[in-house]
Amino acid sequence: MELELRGITKRFPGVLANDNVNLTIRSGEILCLLGENGAGKSTLMNIMYGLYSASEGEILVNGEVVHFDGPGDAIAAGIGMVHQHFMLVPVFTVAENVVLGVEPTKGPGGILDISEARRDVTEISSQYNLEVDPDAIIEDLPVGLQQRVEIIKVLFRDAEILVFDEPTAVLTPQEVEEFFSIIRNLKADGKGIIFITHKLKEVLEIADRIAVLRRGAVVGEADPSTATEKTLAEMMVGRPVVLTVDKGPAQPGEVVLEVRDLDVLNVHDHLAVNQVSFDVRKGEIVGIAGVQGNGQTELVEALTGLRESVGGTVRISGQDFTNASPRQIHKASVAHVPEDRQRSGLVLKFTLTENFVLDSYYDEPFSHGIKMNWNRSRQEAERLIEEFDVRTPSSEVMASNLSGGNQQKVIVAREFGRDVELVIASQPTRGVDVGSIEFIHDRIVEERDNGSAVLIVSSELDEVMALSDRILVMFAGRIVAEKRPEETTNAELGLYMAGSTSEA
Amino acid sequence: MSDRPDLPETPPEQPGMSSFFKDLTGAGSQINWRANVLVPALAILSALIAGGIIIAFGDLDTLKLWGSDPGQAASDTLNRLGDSYVALFEGAVGGLGPISETLTRAAPLILAGLAVAIGFQAGLFNIGANGQMLIGGMFALVVGFQFDLPTVIHIPLAIIAALIGGAIWGGIPGFLRAKTGAHEVITTIMLNFIALRLVDYLLTVEFFQLEGRNDPVSKSVLDSARYPKLIDFINARYRVHLGIIIAILAAWFIWWLLYRSTIGFEFRAVGANPDGARYAGMNVVWLIVAVMAVAGAMAGLAGGDQVVGTLGRATPGFVGVIGFDAIALALLGRSHPFGVVAAGLLFGGLAAGGQNMQASTDVGIDIVQVIQALIIVFIAAPALIKAIYRVKADTEAAQVSQGWAT
Repeated sequence: MELELRGITKRFPGVLANDNVNLTIRSGEILCLLGENGAGKSTLMNIMYGLYSASEGEILVNGEVVHFDGPGDAIAAGIGMVHQHFMLVPVFTVAENVVLGVEPTKGPGGILDISEARRDVTEISSQYNLEVDPDAIIEDLPVGLQQRVEIIKVLFRDAEILVFDEPTAVLTPQEVEEFFSIIRNLKADGKGIIFITHKLKEVLEIADRIAVLRRGAVVGEADPSTATEKTLAEMMVGRPVVLTVDKGPAQPGEVVLEVRDLDVLNVHDHLAVNQVSFDVRKGEIVGIAGVQGNGQTELVEALTGLRESVGGTVRISGQDFTNASPRQIHKASVAHVPEDRQRSGLVLKFTLTENFVLDSYYDEPFSHGIKMNWNRSRQEAERLIEEFDVRTPSSEVMASNLSGGNQQKVIVAREFGRDVELVIASQPTRGVDVGSIEFIHDRIVEERDNGSAVLIVSSELDEVMALSDRILVMFAGRIVAEKRPEETTNAELGLYMAGSTSEA
Repeated sequence: MSDRPDLPETPPEQPGMSSFFKDLTGAGSQINWRANVLVPALAILSALIAGGIIIAFGDLDTLKLWGSDPGQAASDTLNRLGDSYVALFEGAVGGLGPISETLTRAAPLILAGLAVAIGFQAGLFNIGANGQMLIGGMFALVVGFQFDLPTVIHIPLAIIAALIGGAIWGGIPGFLRAKTGAHEVITTIMLNFIALRLVDYLLTVEFFQLEGRNDPVSKSVLDSARYPKLIDFINARYRVHLGIIIAILAAWFIWWLLYRSTIGFEFRAVGANPDGARYAGMNVVWLIVAVMAVAGAMAGLAGGDQVVGTLGRATPGFVGVIGFDAIALALLGRSHPFGVVAAGLLFGGLAAGGQNMQASTDVGIDIVQVIQALIIVFIAAPALIKAIYRVKADTEAAQVSQGWAT
């Protein structure tokens, strides 16, 4: 099978999301689509999958023009998509999820034939080496297995071209290896694979061909045998980039954040943080590495007052802040860059000015009594926009109108724009373009050099390695290792992240 | 690293309100001229046209005539339509008398509309304005007949009583929502029933009931507590009173509260993104109670307007369906206090004009309800309005800045 995109252009009001994109994918090859956030990758895939319709251009399957009105048409044409956020029903079994929507039935009245479904799943799993129990409930499965279920789902619908949207974002390095071998199996079986990512290493490892997307247009194709991370990054960004963080050695001072034997429950009342103890000192960056969902979220929420801890203590600059309120912690000169900027860091329907004073509006100079001082707030907003180079036409634009990178800069500016003693930053560069990543990393190092204690939580191993002066690895709610970046490797940390506790 | 969809077709969802709710109520930060002025205006126009069609073809005799004499039928239809809308218009703004009537009816609508709009701004669906009006009205009633005080003290006292009564009745569902998660839609509806029957009962209790009456009618409010009429020196039948001024001051105060005070900033933040509000250190639990209490206080004031303003006493269900019309006009006013004033004046005019239309033509006042309902249908389906009038859709998110790398 051959799928061709010819001259695809997609316009949103005021934005050209895809600009005359030409791409071809054939059976038995892996095409990597590389691009920054906002480069138009997802838009392009959504057009290919029938979710958006292109403003211009056409899609050809085996040389014939097709028209997709919805995912149903795309699936019928043999295109399957594994979304980054899995589309599974958590309380259903694997088999039920796989057949959902195209259920095999028996007898009159269309009674669900679950044993047939189970047989189908088993057949596909053995054919492609995708081992999974058809009777397991989805929510009991680890993320890696859930992804397999998504793949089985797509194969069950007879897909010939499989599109993977950032498939490795939620996997451990070991799971990524398994995932790559699955992909190679699929390729050997004659499937065509489109792999969307912004991770350069993975691209070089798995791709047969690389297409780089920038500002909605394909700016070039690269051959993985000759390309390097540096050349790919430059193609992506359109200018030379520094892939490492430039920073001098840390000069740790006295302890600012002191966590002892902290226990925190997650939303299901399970112990998510288990007897965690660590210190963060003035003038150092401590990075917490780990696969998402190993208690980092709950740990940060407990430190910032958003979740109650059930045991242990948190001290900031010597004072007890165990289970203090977010306001009290904010007043103690703590900056918090939250994990999910759109969920909690911003109010998208508010203007930038309103967002800039979101956590300091209650005090002078932004208000007096209960009277807001919007003029003063606007001045502050304009100062921060200038200083942190937020790309926006004005301070009175709604936050939802900014790109992800600029939204993140609004948060970083708000949190770093005042004198802080402790910075707690969770996934500080998630979903942010390379240029903004550089900027945010530099600001974090600057905070450290100005004498703040910095705690970084990231599921991005490279980020933790580049930024941290000390690395803590979290697995299943515990700190399982403490390393200095210069004395460890990604592979070693990957082992800890996967639960290996033996000191290497 | 997780990748958000590169270019969302609509603004991303935040917890709390669904984007449909946000679009429907217009709650949020900015005044979008197109969404908040043009679409409501076109909705009103569309509703008047659709209502006109119903009026035009709503007469059986004229319909029969189409078979035999289409020319006559067409002229009858147009006359009927013309007469009706002229009567509606004259009854609303055709002279001092109609304007007085429009303002009298607008006052409680504006106040109750504010009660719903504040809720919308904070992401809460306050359907309980009717119940809050009843309780606020009863509080004002007691102050009105029980104490004998000079007017300058008596009226403010009655107003305060109305505010407190409404705040209590609004605060209860707020408290239940904040502490137990009980949804305010359910609890406010139930509290409406409780208030309605409670008033029925209280009006038969000796303390409230008018001496010598067996039917449920309250004692009359003393003159010292009655809102003074504004233009009765011109004609004693012009009954517009202080209530309309109170309503407009209240709207101004709510505007100030929402957009110029820290409390309103918190209200709107909780409404637009409760997780963000919590992250920012706001006390979300307290805020939900506060929002509902302020909303209830406004509805209470509307009830007080009926009791010490328009009626001078309480009768069973003395607030009618004002608290439900208030939902419609809060939607029409896009949850903005000034929008609510405009919508309240419109609905007040429709009510006053409808009365006149019923009296001078054979078109019933029910058609006014139909027009009001149609307005809300068009507001709730902005896509329809945009399609009919080819208004350029600008609610789709357009990113004003693209990335960073240049």
